[in-house]
Amino acid sequence: MNREKRDPLARRKERHVPPGARSRAMHAMSARAAMGRFVLQGCVDCGEVTYPPRDACPRCWGELQWTDRDRGARVLSETIIRVSTDLYFRGQLPWRMGKVELDAGPVALAHLHAGLKVGERAEMRLMLDRGGNAALFALPAGREPDMGDRQWREFVVPVKDRTILVSDARSAIGRAVVHALHAAGAGHIVAGLAPPARVADQSDGVSGLTRVQPVPLDLTDPVMVAECMSKIAGPLDIVINTARLVRGGGVSADGNLVEQRRMLDIAVLGFMRLAQASAPLLQGRPSGAFVDLLSAQALAGDSDCAGYAAGEAARHSLLQSFRHEMRAVGVRVLSVFTGPSDDEDHQSAPPPKVAPLRLARAIIEALEAGREVSCVGDVAVDAMDRWLADPALYMREKNL
Amino acid sequence: MTRAQASYDGVVLCAPVTVAYQRYSSQPAHWWAGRAMRSLAEATGFGPADIDGFCFASFSAMPDTAVGLIQHLGLSPRWLDHIPTGGASGVMALRRAARAVQCGDADVVACVAADTNRLDSFRHTLATFSRFSQDAVYPYGFGGPNATFALITDAYMRAYGVTRDDFGKLCVAQRRNARSNPLALQRGELTLDDYLRARSISDPVHLFDCVMPCAGAEAFIVTTPEIAARRGLQMARILATIERHNAYPDDPVQLRGGWAMDADSLWASAGIAPAEVDTLQAYDDYPVIVAMQLEDLGFCAKGGAAEFIRATTFEIGGDLPLNTNGGQLSFGQAGAAGGFQNVTEALRQVLRQPLGTQVPDADIAAISGFGLVNYDRGVCTAAAIVEACR
Repeated sequence: MNREKRDPLARRKERHVPPGARSRAMHAMSARAAMGRFVLQGCVDCGEVTYPPRDACPRCWGELQWTDRDRGARVLSETIIRVSTDLYFRGQLPWRMGKVELDAGPVALAHLHAGLKVGERAEMRLMLDRGGNAALFALPAGREPDMGDRQWREFVVPVKDRTILVSDARSAIGRAVVHALHAAGAGHIVAGLAPPARVADQSDGVSGLTRVQPVPLDLTDPVMVAECMSKIAGPLDIVINTARLVRGGGVSADGNLVEQRRMLDIAVLGFMRLAQASAPLLQGRPSGAFVDLLSAQALAGDSDCAGYAAGEAARHSLLQSFRHEMRAVGVRVLSVFTGPSDDEDHQSAPPPKVAPLRLARAIIEALEAGREVSCVGDVAVDAMDRWLADPALYMREKNL
Repeated sequence: MTRAQASYDGVVLCAPVTVAYQRYSSQPAHWWAGRAMRSLAEATGFGPADIDGFCFASFSAMPDTAVGLIQHLGLSPRWLDHIPTGGASGVMALRRAARAVQCGDADVVACVAADTNRLDSFRHTLATFSRFSQDAVYPYGFGGPNATFALITDAYMRAYGVTRDDFGKLCVAQRRNARSNPLALQRGELTLDDYLRARSISDPVHLFDCVMPCAGAEAFIVTTPEIAARRGLQMARILATIERHNAYPDDPVQLRGGWAMDADSLWASAGIAPAEVDTLQAYDDYPVIVAMQLEDLGFCAKGGAAEFIRATTFEIGGDLPLNTNGGQLSFGQAGAAGGFQNVTEALRQVLRQPLGTQVPDADIAAISGFGLVNYDRGVCTAAAIVEACR
């Protein structure tokens, strides 16, 4: 199933990332862009909206704060850059960019979507570039971005025709992810199935689909993780980590330590095994990405499922480190937070619960929007809002 | 209402020197500054003990500033300044040093700009130029100043109907002026056809719209007429100067520079009209900025650059001799020295010490500086009118 013809003697293409130096204020903008927000600083005193990011209001020297803004804009001028001294952009030339006047007030330089012309209305997106820093991208107003646009593709992760590994394709979520990827036109889906094989794998599973390759994969077994990678024919573009063992129990009571140990092994060390094995494959790819599905329990401890929350919190932390490592090689690391899913793991959890297929579609949407952090469902959105607003209060409330 | 500018009585400019530019140099900026001091000494007879004021501009002397330079060069000045404004630094050095001399804070000020250009130093200078550039310019294609000025040129051409032929006429005239200058890095013939057919760098900016980065140094002396006379130096007086930073911050695109805010006071203080100027040394890192200066300094009306360019000859001996050493477009851009060469060339022409061809009967020169693209436009503008003392 080798879809991509490669000359084994050819020198591998070395991939670069855009220039990475940024001010602290710009990093604050990037942190918000990572969540899909379009924000600009505004003065708390006079209301002046300002860009590029500053540390003081240029009208009255008041304090600035980040606020979501109208995405409208108009293109003022354009250029096609044909010469650059930067290694990343040298590999992307010619590159079309321009100046836009934002409806929110300031003017800004922005990447331009193909076909967007001077004088036309635009809709702004605040995207993360290959190096993980925020950049403004102007889309034609009222039109969806074209996944074929060469410049837009530098900011997103297309799924169509890509080779994608799903680490656990047996769970309800895993099956939904494989089906959704298949429907979205993924070229080759490697479906991890932890041994022993089950009867249901044949009747209910994903093995029968075309373009799906079942592979034995248990993240607690380092040999199996390595063998899984060796069984993938051709390059690997995307890894989606759906593996999880969900068990309840507190710290001092109700915790079955055998279960807790396996749960943490999958959640923490299993993730590291998968990251270590797949990172070298992903970093050679034009749009490599690693997606991890996280419980919103990662944000704060929970006495009803203390071990599970601890495992998710540990992986949340590891993902931040992994993301930092992967930024240097242009691979995107995406976190998709969710609340209880509507599956056998959460039979006694009250609604609202997230349907596995909705979660699967949200993962694809996060990839194709290049969004680093997503929250799916009301529970995860609520948890993230409360955690961002007041982490100390949220931790306390959650354990009342 | 700002007060009227005091006169520059009791101050003269003399001894313009240029250290021959090189495309690349392995010598540091300090070496280039040293050559400039030596050239000043040869032109004036001043030694370290005579120079009691020092004003320095450079992009490549890191980690040193003017402080490091004075110890490096063995000076003990009683007045010191460091000017970080690039293309506006020459006029700014002139005005600061002039007031220092006039007020008695210094007697002899050496104004020096020196920059080196190693093989990779342009890229390094770009990468660390400014915070706004790092945050909001480089991530958009890293076209350097070429892309920034491409966006300005694009908007300017749309707004005022200036064409590439018009810009080409300026570039071709400057190249003709460069042909008699033995120090110009680019002296080959350049036709309008060559200009128009050159490869695009960042549309609509093409190859001959761009300056060539190089290594070099420029310097001049600001002192009193009495001291200059004792040394037998040719001298020029300052009729008027202006300076403005971050003008018109609410203009979405830079279609005018800070000169427009202050040009009226410049000509009023000088007591002359633009037509009385014998030569114009305008800042020319991209011809669009030259066109902007022609308008904003009052050589023509705003929006009238295209018509003015078509009706005017800019060669030495023409209607308005422009950038008579070839300008940075042909002479080369030696970093901050690019912001000094307009001053030294203006002085050479009015003092009748040309590197190449002399502008006939040149007595009065206008000098204009433009510096530092901090984000989306040049932030610093300055201009001066000087006249030979005869």
